[in-house]
Amino acid sequence: MEILRYALYRFGTMLLTLWVVSVLVFVIINLPPGDYLSNQIAELRASGQSAGVAKAEFLRSEYALDKPLWQQYFIWVGFLPGPHGFSGLIQGNFGWSFEFDRPVAEIVGDSLWLTVLVNLAAVLFVYVVALPLGVLAAARARTWVDYTSAFVGYLGLATPNFLLALILFYYGHRWFNLPIGGLMDPAFEGEPMSMAKVNSILIHLIVPTFVIGTAGASAMMQRLRANMLDELGKPYVETAIAKGMSPTRMLAKYPLRVAFNPFVADIGNLLPSMISGSVLVSVVLGLQTIGPTLLTALKTQDMFLSAFVLMFVALLTLIGTMISDVLLVLLDPRIRYEGRDA
Amino acid sequence: MAPLLSVKNLSIGFGKDDSVVQDVSFDVAPGETLALVGESGSGKTITCRAVLRILPKAAQIRSGSIHMQCAQGPTDLVTLEERKMRDLRGNQVAMIFQEPMRSLSPLHRIGNQVAEVLWLHGRKSEAEAKKEVLACFERVGFPDPERTYSSYPFELSGGMRQRAMIAMAMVAKPQLLIADEPTTALDVTTQAQVLGLMKELQRDTGMAMILVTHDLGVVANMAEQVVVMHKGRVMEAGSAEPLLSTPAHPYTRALIAAAPKIPAAAEPQALPSREDLILEMTAVSKTYSMRAGKGWKAPSLIHACRGVDLKLPRGKTLAIVGESGSGKTTAARIALGAEPPDAGGTVVFRGREGSDAIQVHQMDRTARTAFQREAQMVFQDPYSSLSPRMRILDTMTEPLEIHDIGTRAERRDRAAEMLNTVGLSRDMLQRYPHAFSGGQRQRLSIARALMLNPSLLVCDEPTSALDVSVQEQILRLLERIRDQQKLSYFFISHDLAVVARIADEVAVMRRGLIVEQATPETLFHNPQHPYTKALIAAQPEPDIHRPIDLKLVAQGAGSPDDWPEQFRFSGLDAPPLVPLEPGHKVRCHV
Repeated sequence: MEILRYALYRFGTMLLTLWVVSVLVFVIINLPPGDYLSNQIAELRASGQSAGVAKAEFLRSEYALDKPLWQQYFIWVGFLPGPHGFSGLIQGNFGWSFEFDRPVAEIVGDSLWLTVLVNLAAVLFVYVVALPLGVLAAARARTWVDYTSAFVGYLGLATPNFLLALILFYYGHRWFNLPIGGLMDPAFEGEPMSMAKVNSILIHLIVPTFVIGTAGASAMMQRLRANMLDELGKPYVETAIAKGMSPTRMLAKYPLRVAFNPFVADIGNLLPSMISGSVLVSVVLGLQTIGPTLLTALKTQDMFLSAFVLMFVALLTLIGTMISDVLLVLLDPRIRYEGRDA
Repeated sequence: MAPLLSVKNLSIGFGKDDSVVQDVSFDVAPGETLALVGESGSGKTITCRAVLRILPKAAQIRSGSIHMQCAQGPTDLVTLEERKMRDLRGNQVAMIFQEPMRSLSPLHRIGNQVAEVLWLHGRKSEAEAKKEVLACFERVGFPDPERTYSSYPFELSGGMRQRAMIAMAMVAKPQLLIADEPTTALDVTTQAQVLGLMKELQRDTGMAMILVTHDLGVVANMAEQVVVMHKGRVMEAGSAEPLLSTPAHPYTRALIAAAPKIPAAAEPQALPSREDLILEMTAVSKTYSMRAGKGWKAPSLIHACRGVDLKLPRGKTLAIVGESGSGKTTAARIALGAEPPDAGGTVVFRGREGSDAIQVHQMDRTARTAFQREAQMVFQDPYSSLSPRMRILDTMTEPLEIHDIGTRAERRDRAAEMLNTVGLSRDMLQRYPHAFSGGQRQRLSIARALMLNPSLLVCDEPTSALDVSVQEQILRLLERIRDQQKLSYFFISHDLAVVARIADEVAVMRRGLIVEQATPETLFHNPQHPYTKALIAAQPEPDIHRPIDLKLVAQGAGSPDDWPEQFRFSGLDAPPLVPLEPGHKVRCHV
């Protein structure tokens, strides 16, 4: 019960944070002078195309860009009625992309959940690889197992992601006949979901997961190893051995359990760093994630689009930290009982 | 009777170095207690761990045998294969470690960790195991076994955790219990109770025990056989009674001489004159508020100090004695101005005879700097109170740099002079702290505190992390410096015997209150308060004919609600501190 209450509380703070983030995002996006439309109007005026100017002026009032900034913000979020009544983020209207001349929802569409998918796969990869290797490296500290895993890990950390991507594509294609680029076969794009489409996506996911995950995995592995080594010197480990536990069982039950905390706490950090880190990889690999879209939107001052993408990334991050906080409370009684009468 | 455990010619070493344990032999008979006594570095811990083969990775048993009469017949534990060794551990041979705080996993419930012993040795179903564990918890003195079963270690006090450790060791009914300094980290009164419990359990179950300790007082109370170790070798071994009363080996004699004793029958002495006070604390209280778990409840208040009045005459030593949590350290921190007292409390300090009185908690910046030159502190743990990354020279001259005193050369000379004063040589200035032993480090801490030529030294348990023989040297050093340099000490300790030796006046604290205050002679000759009596009774002494009186300990160390009528109170409603005779005050109803 207590944990449910905590989760609710944590959800509440998340919403609050999200609101603060929305203010920041909006302010930052509006910091550069002018907006997409006023830039365009100036350009059109200079070249004497008055028809275009009229359209742009129309759009300006349509999206309330002629209103003061604070009103624009409230209209964008959906706290205040715009020219067409309440129609903001909380009502599910993500705005209009001027650059692509389409609704934002339509542009991001598929790439939203593909982003989530790619990054979840990468996070999963990080954990699946780092957990056994980190524990093994700690248990066999200062032996060839430890040194080899550290060497491979540092290689993973030091290799630029896009280079790794290119190499993997080349050899993946050559040896395993893995597809190059994209997150699904072009034939499936825009098609409804089917077994064949899922299959295609899964096969396309292999290389990006590996590329995005390696650096995170090797960093995580080293961290876990260091934590484990700290814990292995603690007296309670000796107590466990003196009870007659076998080393493997002891390792899994006691030191790993303690070393697991930072491991879990990292989920929150991992998500945003992966999303921002995977932008370049997405461009190189031609993944239909949200990264490349964000890049274009920021370059062209396409405010609604970039604001939406930034909000989305913020939301993912906040969800990540919330999950790790709730997990930590579940895992560690010291956090759970903080403030309880002993 | 055939011995249960027989260690013969055991030698253990690390790598290619000389053996740290050399040619050690001893026997443990069933139901008997053998004490391994020695200072740190004597090899006693390595020896006892060798029995269970839980040695550090780099250590190897070089020669010798450890024979045990196991359930399945005589076995050599040195050559026993690892899998069978595992069956033995926790089941037939159990172990208790020194630090109950850290020897239990913080993330698992106590019940889980204790019952695990039974699960591991596969004799019980989960429900049966729980039943047995609950019975064991009750036996070791947990008032509510069910609650303990589902508690986490951080919810228990140190004494209770050690009880949980004992339960863990006892639950499988082993034939041999190895206790490695089981009470060193505990308060005296708790120590007495835990030792009493161990003895009782031993009588009930008939198990044998190897007790590793540096404290001869503990030995006298617990052991039938004693093995004295020094630098990896056995110095003397034999029955406890003759060994302690007529030690043959000079090393044993030195150890016994160094053990602090409470003077047997001292004459009451007059209090030192109270005209020239260096420090005067009046009505000092300190209340901390703990954030409550639920936001809407009022925070709970912790009364660390309540109405403390203390006067320290110049050139004398005032000691505060009490267990952890009694408020003694808080009082010292307030005296040094490190923390403000609650409103109404004042601390007045007079640096030199006839100089102006300073209100310690109403100083401006310059006054504070001047005050810091006069009052310095020696800390408890010499291992963590010296920066490992600074050379001794830098650590020592830093206070002079801060106060901008002298040139580089002068500071250096002063540091060398201070090292000389504390019995170290000046060519140690370039070394780092790790090159020094615990006792040497504590000398360095004292030397550093003396660098500014202070008039008041606050010593917070300066010897409790040290071996007895080293403790003796440090105390002698402190006494010598006090008399040479006319220093005044504000001395904090949980050890009455240490205080008996160095203090001119003692205040016994319990839960933030001074319960009794007198000269040490009066206090030991004529203790009035049940808590003082408990402290004195709990003090283990290397005299086999003076066992710890557990009844006195239990009564005085319990809750104030259970004290005899005259002293009893509950909650915050304490009786006043009443002067019995000149210089002897007791908190009681009159």
